[in-house]
Amino acid sequence: MEKTWNNKAWFLVLPVLVLVAFSAIIPLMTVVNYSVQDTFGNNVFFWAGTEWFEELLSSSRFWEAMARNLIFSFIILAIEVPLGIFIALNMPKKGWGVPVCLVLMALPLLIPWNVVGTIWQVFGRNDIGLLGYYVNALGIHYNYVQDKYDAWVTVIVMDVWHWTSLVVLLCYAGLVSIPDAFYQAAKIDGASRWAVFRYIQLPKMKRVLLIAVLLRFMDSFMIYTEPFVVTGGGPGNSTTFLSIDLVKTALGQFDLGPAAAMSLVYFLIILLLSWVFYTVMTSYDAER
Amino acid sequence: MNLDFSWMAWTWPTAAFFATIFLLLCGMAAWEYASPGGNPRIGVLRFETTRGDRLFLSLLGSAFIHLAWLGLVGPNLWWALALSVVYAVGVFRYV
Repeated sequence: MEKTWNNKAWFLVLPVLVLVAFSAIIPLMTVVNYSVQDTFGNNVFFWAGTEWFEELLSSSRFWEAMARNLIFSFIILAIEVPLGIFIALNMPKKGWGVPVCLVLMALPLLIPWNVVGTIWQVFGRNDIGLLGYYVNALGIHYNYVQDKYDAWVTVIVMDVWHWTSLVVLLCYAGLVSIPDAFYQAAKIDGASRWAVFRYIQLPKMKRVLLIAVLLRFMDSFMIYTEPFVVTGGGPGNSTTFLSIDLVKTALGQFDLGPAAAMSLVYFLIILLLSWVFYTVMTSYDAER
Repeated sequence: MNLDFSWMAWTWPTAAFFATIFLLLCGMAAWEYASPGGNPRIGVLRFETTRGDRLFLSLLGSAFIHLAWLGLVGPNLWWALALSVVYAVGVFRYV
């Protein structure tokens, strides 16, 4: 049967186009305009050309924030993905334990980011925080306000606590979709636990794992609220990620030109990652 | 109603930049109208791309070429623009 082409349907997307124009395109155009100018407020602008971009690309502050972002993303992926798989493999597949585990796993995901930050800010304090107080009582010096390694550990553990559930739930969804016949065949063949994981469960989880890795990478690369609430980017600049640096430049220093240039470079990186995400997903679907 | 867009801080070069993007999109729409379907094919990247994908890759790559030129060579971006055009032709030809 031949498809009927009806171009009038394009008019139905007009409301979305208007919405996107006001929420994304016009602000983006404004950022581009700001990135080549300087201002002292009052809508008075001075042409600066590519100066802010040159300054940004030669700024150690920017590259250090970028490196921190990449290291942070790498660490949390290295922890959250194996841990998520491990928990999903050990979750019950039948019975009353399933809804209990699913609700428990979903809980951290339902808590707003700034609340997660506040919880961990208090939790980690060594005067009133449960974690900080008892870790110090054990004789381990822990102070995320003064020590950069402690600050990193706190931010990483907080992210693992907040987001491992997402990996668990995605992996669990992949695992429960495997028909029992696969396990029965493996049992008949006398396959070991490792062989079942390697040749049945892992291939069946490939797609959801891909989604989990890419979602967590992009999300961690854009992280702002939690580390900002817990450490404020400190001590020093040790937990200042790109987004925190951007807000400091734009709102703290009111350097709109440099902040706009930084936003655009950050946006281009996110756009590239999104494209990779989309391409990998669609290529994988096409292969199937 | 007085619409004041001075906060958008328009300049001629940025307006020309957006006008170029808009014209490129109009050109793509006209191309699609003349030859519908997006001309999907598998190129050197070993996955299917349409005309729209190739334009997106050209624009994104050009942005990175300009940034790299600015960071590594200097503020004269005419050569970066020429390189971007060559890159875009390559993308439309081989990707």
